[in-house]
Amino acid sequence: MSETTHAVEFKGITKRFGSNVANDSVDLYLDRGVIMSLLGENGSGKTTLMNMLAGIYFPDEGEILIDGKPVTIKSPKDAFDNKIGMIHQHFKLVDVFTAAENIVLGLKEEGKLDRKAISAKVHEIGERYGFEIDPDKKIYEMSVSEKQTVEIIKVLYRGADILILDEPTAVLTPQETSKLFKILRAMRDDGKSIILITHKLNEVMEISDVVAVLRKGKYIGAVKTAETSEKELTEMMVGHKVSLNIERPDPVDPKPRLTVAGLTVKDTEGMTKLDDVGFIAYGGEILGIAGIAGSGQKELLESIAGLRHISKGSIIYTPEGKNPAELVGKTPMEIKDAGVALAFVPEDRLGMGLVGGMGMTGNMMLRSWNKGKGIFVDTKGPEKLAEQVLVNLDVKTPGIDYPVRKLSGGNVQKVLVGREIAQSPSVLMSAYAVRGLDIHTSFTIYNMMTEEKMKGVAVIFVGEDLDVLLELCDKILVLCGGKVSGLVDARKSTKEEIGLLMTKLGGKEAN
Amino acid sequence: MKEKEPLIRLTRRQNMAKSKIWLIRLGALVFAIILGGLVFIIAGANPLTAYGTILSGSLGKVTGVRQVVKTAVPLLGTALALAPCFAMKFWNIGAEGQITMGALAATFFALNMANSMPSPILLIVMGIASIIFGAMWAAIPAIFKANWGTNETLFTLMMNYIAIGIVGWLQGGPWEGKPGSQIIPMFEKTAVLPKVLGVHIGWIIVLLITIFMYIYMSKTKHGYEIKVLGESENTARYAGMNVRKVTIRTACLSGGIAGLVGFMVASGANQTLYSDVAGGVGFTAITVTWLAQLNPFAMVAISLMLAVLSKGASSIQTTLGVPASISDIITGIILLCMLGCEFFINYKMIFRGKEHHEEALPLVTKPEIKGEEAAK
Repeated sequence: MSETTHAVEFKGITKRFGSNVANDSVDLYLDRGVIMSLLGENGSGKTTLMNMLAGIYFPDEGEILIDGKPVTIKSPKDAFDNKIGMIHQHFKLVDVFTAAENIVLGLKEEGKLDRKAISAKVHEIGERYGFEIDPDKKIYEMSVSEKQTVEIIKVLYRGADILILDEPTAVLTPQETSKLFKILRAMRDDGKSIILITHKLNEVMEISDVVAVLRKGKYIGAVKTAETSEKELTEMMVGHKVSLNIERPDPVDPKPRLTVAGLTVKDTEGMTKLDDVGFIAYGGEILGIAGIAGSGQKELLESIAGLRHISKGSIIYTPEGKNPAELVGKTPMEIKDAGVALAFVPEDRLGMGLVGGMGMTGNMMLRSWNKGKGIFVDTKGPEKLAEQVLVNLDVKTPGIDYPVRKLSGGNVQKVLVGREIAQSPSVLMSAYAVRGLDIHTSFTIYNMMTEEKMKGVAVIFVGEDLDVLLELCDKILVLCGGKVSGLVDARKSTKEEIGLLMTKLGGKEAN
Repeated sequence: MKEKEPLIRLTRRQNMAKSKIWLIRLGALVFAIILGGLVFIIAGANPLTAYGTILSGSLGKVTGVRQVVKTAVPLLGTALALAPCFAMKFWNIGAEGQITMGALAATFFALNMANSMPSPILLIVMGIASIIFGAMWAAIPAIFKANWGTNETLFTLMMNYIAIGIVGWLQGGPWEGKPGSQIIPMFEKTAVLPKVLGVHIGWIIVLLITIFMYIYMSKTKHGYEIKVLGESENTARYAGMNVRKVTIRTACLSGGIAGLVGFMVASGANQTLYSDVAGGVGFTAITVTWLAQLNPFAMVAISLMLAVLSKGASSIQTTLGVPASISDIITGIILLCMLGCEFFINYKMIFRGKEHHEEALPLVTKPEIKGEEAAK
């Protein structure tokens, strides 16, 4: 490690999006052989800053130095030429190609494609850092974690010395995460510089040597991980002292509200997405649903909401003091008309829950447009509701008629969650309700879920952060490959136990 | 480092003032007119005289104005018909056929019932028949799309040729007037739309449809359903809307209005039926709808403008000897400039070394340009 030159140095980097300053003269450096976590709430400018290093954006002001020399990074190719590689959150791989083919894709090498040489080099990289990879396996046969491995090898193959990983653990189980961390440490010891974009504090503490914090586009500072605490980091991120406690009162008189049995759902291509799923959701309880992304969470919630064709099984809904009703076979409208109040916060915010081109009022109307007689829509009610959500959840928007597509992800989510809770539902389903929200708003949402639970609502909460699921929920249902692999008591279970259930079928086999 | 930065960068604009947006659009129109002037020079005419002739030829005399209105009526009516379909992202390019079928239905009653009922009732029957036939012609592709996911663009286009073919057959066959003439006889007086201020009453009807369409799209449940469905089918289903029903209903409304336009053209303007009754209006109206960005009131102005151009073109042909088709070229230039200027409303270009105070995107392909939230 040299005394004066750093592997990467940002000098006075400023980046503006219209009137919004995403990065405000950021000065930041990183040395060789160091793992740095870039920490910050959503909208703090982490990804923007890294995108400038990776050649996706170009800075408005300031300069980037690599090994002490100023460089111009205009395109991802320039970034590669400077030995910078970014592993994006959404993988950019060709499904029908093998790992090796994806790795060399886009490289301009002389002569014929020498598969043997490529495989040998891939193997060599794998052995050096402890990857397990089959170069001839097709991408569509791979698990998420294997795909990520391919992405990492892809940048190493191109000789990257500086690796940027954007929220790499979001899609991994705890076991896969610790495997990844082992590899990252091996790379660090080999002299590579690694930047992790994340907002999971426990992982930051575990893996990184240095933590750099951004807040509202400004660089707040960097601290050695060994000399800091989760509490201090949170305060740096948020800018003031925060108390982060999820209250979990014991359920009062839980009653079965939704009884799901033998639920089997296939997608349009005939692939089985849910296989014989059964559980009971109680009013007055929060039922968490855990699982690797794509294990059937989305299909389960959509089936209950009447948006999926159900091949087999039943969903019995028992409203407070009324007779049970079968929901299977009903349209979303019929489910609503039957007096079933299902508030549903879908995973795909703009694709399903909201209309991007409309303002808050128009989006509030999605739930009430059909109310009232006559041919005209009522705009007064939705307008009032929009104002209410705006104030209660502190939505940042130029006006209630400003298209929600142009709002930041966190604000979009607030609009959606605010509307669904305002339905005063008897079953509240949410998928990744806090995705994209800052810490403060996340806790506001958790508390709202708990409030609904105490009102006797059956809350179904699909989450990705196991720590939150364990703290917030009463019970946790674990899905694996469309099947129920376990139902645990959230007060007594551990992250490791759930992690095993997420990957292995049948709780008994897990060991 | 700055001298090495990209030559042109694009920055996304936000919240541009309404007045500035309209100023840019006006600028684009002026630019288009200047470009059109160049075309006149190439054609060997003085642009100023040419534009002057277009205006005096179309708006200089009362008869000219009447001609303009008569041309604008079907254009406006069809543009209004297309608006709900386009808002729903149902690409109905079959207005041509829907107009033709509407005209055909009206003609059936004009030929067979002209003497068996009083004129007002006959006209109402013709109007209703034209709406039903136009709606039917649009409903067929819509039903296929709603049930089997067929492509409505191709389907509606093909339906045009069928409609035109049917009328062509009637013209030379069952409905032919003088044997061998290939012409359907002129309508009886009772089957002809009355005139108000020298133009058939169709102009009042389309103005009423303009108001109806404005209210329908912005104030009613149907309009709301259409807009949601146009944004995302999943969202529409999530909100409990019956996607199939909305698709078919909206196509019927659109085809119905187009059919009514066919009735007005056949009974008001032509007073007979021939296979070219739509005469390309179904396609030109797509331009009007887009230029107006689905705003019914803007459609009134744009269809009038296009009518002025096309009427003025015939006067420049007679007085200046410049081909009338030049007005089509100018219409094309205007369309290109108007659509192109939207780019300058949404983006700003920054040249190397000029300004560094706004968002800049290098000209590399990026699927979506969002803020830093894109990572989520």
